[in-house]
Amino acid sequence: MFGILTWDAIPFDQPIPLVAAALVMVVMAGIAVTVILRGWWPYLWREWITSVDHKRIGVMYGVLAFVMLIRGFIDALMMRSQLALAADGAPGYLPPEHYNQIFSAHGTIMIFFVAMPFMIGLMNFAVPLQLGIRDVAFPTLNSVSFWLSAAGALLLNVSLVVGEFAKTGWLAYPPLSELSFSPGVGVDYYLWSLQIAGVGSLLTGINFTTTILKLRAPGMGYARMPIFCWTALASNLLIVAAFPILTATYAMLLLDRYLGFHFFTNEAGGNAMMYVNLIWAWGHPEVYILILPAFGIFSEVIATFSGKPLFGYRSMIAATLSICMLSFVVWLHHFFTMGAGADVNAFFGIMTMIIAVPTGVKVFNWIFTLFGGRVRFTSPMLWALGFICTFVIGGMTGVLMAIPPADFVLHNSLFLVAHFHNVIIGGVLFGAFAGYTYWFPKAFGFTLDERLGKASFWCWLVGFYLAFMPLYLLGLMGATRRLQHYDVPGWQPLMIAAFAGALVILAGIGFTGAQLVVSIRTRERRRDRTGDPWHGRTLEWSTASPPPAWNYAVLPNVTQADAYWGMKRAGLTANNAAQDDWQAIALPRRTSVGVVLAFFATVMGFALVWHIWWLAVAGVIGLAATGVAHAWRTEHEEEIAADVIAESERARRRAAT
Amino acid sequence: MNFDWPWQSGILDPQGPIGAAERTILLNATSIMLAVVVPVIVLTLAFAWWFRAGNRRAIYLPDWEYSGHIELVVWAIPALVVLFLGGICWIGSHDLDPRKPIASDARPIEIDVVSLDWKWLFLYRAEGVASVNKLVVPAGVPLHFRLTSATVMNSFFVPQLGSQIYTMAGMTTQLHLQADRPGTYPGISAQFSGRDFADMRFDLVAVAPADFAAWIAEARRGKDALDEPGYAALARPGTAAPATFKSVAPHLFETVAMGPR
Repeated sequence: MFGILTWDAIPFDQPIPLVAAALVMVVMAGIAVTVILRGWWPYLWREWITSVDHKRIGVMYGVLAFVMLIRGFIDALMMRSQLALAADGAPGYLPPEHYNQIFSAHGTIMIFFVAMPFMIGLMNFAVPLQLGIRDVAFPTLNSVSFWLSAAGALLLNVSLVVGEFAKTGWLAYPPLSELSFSPGVGVDYYLWSLQIAGVGSLLTGINFTTTILKLRAPGMGYARMPIFCWTALASNLLIVAAFPILTATYAMLLLDRYLGFHFFTNEAGGNAMMYVNLIWAWGHPEVYILILPAFGIFSEVIATFSGKPLFGYRSMIAATLSICMLSFVVWLHHFFTMGAGADVNAFFGIMTMIIAVPTGVKVFNWIFTLFGGRVRFTSPMLWALGFICTFVIGGMTGVLMAIPPADFVLHNSLFLVAHFHNVIIGGVLFGAFAGYTYWFPKAFGFTLDERLGKASFWCWLVGFYLAFMPLYLLGLMGATRRLQHYDVPGWQPLMIAAFAGALVILAGIGFTGAQLVVSIRTRERRRDRTGDPWHGRTLEWSTASPPPAWNYAVLPNVTQADAYWGMKRAGLTANNAAQDDWQAIALPRRTSVGVVLAFFATVMGFALVWHIWWLAVAGVIGLAATGVAHAWRTEHEEEIAADVIAESERARRRAAT
Repeated sequence: MNFDWPWQSGILDPQGPIGAAERTILLNATSIMLAVVVPVIVLTLAFAWWFRAGNRRAIYLPDWEYSGHIELVVWAIPALVVLFLGGICWIGSHDLDPRKPIASDARPIEIDVVSLDWKWLFLYRAEGVASVNKLVVPAGVPLHFRLTSATVMNSFFVPQLGSQIYTMAGMTTQLHLQADRPGTYPGISAQFSGRDFADMRFDLVAVAPADFAAWIAEARRGKDALDEPGYAALARPGTAAPATFKSVAPHLFETVAMGPR
């Protein structure tokens, strides 16, 4: 009846996951009860859960990313504290069974359920506004994408309570992840949650590629597109090209595990290195899927707060697209130590280094954007400057490891761990925080508290250096990654320093939370009535904060890059464009298909993990039935009447003046 | 509490020609890149500070967004650096190819390595003895390793001697290393392999050639033989204390390297 699911799956004997799970369930129950008692449920259902508005979906992605950031960061704190203790024969407090799940979950969560949703959320929010349009190409699909990502995150977190998570590292290399070496359900949780979320990511890629290529405001040629839209385009092209590889690779591993295939097994002609090649053929582009939008955010932020156009705009586009291409021909640098020949290794090493050229150009162009500017040190700008200084160090250690003989001694070491945290924290995460602070007033109509924002930035910056510079040194000293304990007493001081760094980052996260609470409570004082709190350059600042559901009452007419800057100069702000003959606007109707699909996908995933075949079949039927039911819908749009739009526009002008 | 300096251990304290050459590449490449990275950081902070909004002495160029000369320079600087590093990469990859023998008058010692759950097995091909979790070698003599795995993937790595290489079931990799001086150098698996991965350590003990011969002779006088039952017992998952075997079943390495059937 319940497959292999029994009461043994609940870790009654392990206090840490049990207490954590109990706490999470209490909090979730508390939120649910509050929502129902206060009568917020209909609002939540109508305005958020079933919304197809790209701005709302973007915000929900952001919420998912923040919640998962906390989960992933707790994992990080546990790992760092374990290693601060487990020196010279001491076992620490986390046994290998538990520790190995934690580092696997940390990596999986941070990449798939923090970095991805954060970046996709920011793209969702900002790209259609920057393009001067009213929604993405496929609004319903967008909602489906989000809910599938959330379903993947949910399924992964169920593993905390029911069963176990993978003990194989975040990429689950076979043969360790094969049934013979990992007989538990951990790897299955990993695979099914990422398969479900991966479909969501692929649909996002298709959606945004189409949106950017096909839907832009009148007059917005490619050479007038904001740079963030360019980087979003590159990122989504990579999603379209790379995620099918991931899905196919995981599908093969699933066939090995469920149906006794031998793609990657030791026996019967399987070859694990095939998996390693395939997973990195996705994995390396994935790095750029995350970092390219961050580059775009930094470009917007630096231009805005320098009061200048981005230096070398066309050069930036060329650099972005060359990174996009090159990211597909470097995957082998993740395993130079597999014993490929010198020619192969040298080729992939050099291709990797070549990526440093367009990246270097970007850095120089940001520097020359600062030149001759009037730099305002707001918190988004601090994230951007902190990024440049930190990221070039991470880039340097990356190029270092692109040299195969250097990689032969650095591969898999804590030096490598320091390197990729250097680029992912210093690049992607700083970018996400810059984007969050930059676009928050646009999304909610009030600015975030600057003092707490800056405190958060400084904690992250200092905490990052304190946590990861020791890891660089430890890597040079011969410390490899994923050790649950170590016998070299001389490593312990550096491990303790790294733990202290993690605590400083914790303070940074605390300040971000405090910033949000304080800003909400003092929102009346910090209202943005102009729609343009930063003196922005791109179209999103020309509409109200928060923008109406239809974004623009009249689609803007674009005559140059930095369109809004040009309008302001010409005195043509949307505010004083005297117009009163408003037209009705058709908007896509809200739909519950996304959340219903996600429900069935979660049920199906859970059932497959536990071999509850009847339930899995029910889940698949549910998915198909939902799709068919949606296809029967005849009314796809609802009309916003002209007088509603007129009233909204009049109110906006009153507020702005 | 003890504290080790990074240059007292690990890859910055190489004890053989491969490790030394790799450290040289590491330091050279780092210096070349620092020559660009440090000015970039300084320039970023300097520009940001000088052009701060409150500084009335700084010029404001609200429309300055392109300069062909600067574009040329900013593409040229990273391109030149990469050209230079690319040369290091190509030459270094070939010079330090793990399969390339080390030039030496001495005949290399042939050692077959098998990674097991969670221990290392070393088979001395010519000498006909074997050891677990302790690799005794003569100093100053090249070592030629053939490596495979009887289980999941691992990576054979003695940081102070240089290059690591994967051990993979059903496949054989090769590696050439050398210890210049007698000493004990820690060895690890550098590829996560499951439960007792952290204990999958061994010591590489480099001794004078005469002492090596004596060690082999002593190993041959040992009690245990690595015959088929002996190997089957060793291969069971678990950790192991260092041990030696007086003899090895014929073609053991080749059999293991063919992978499970």
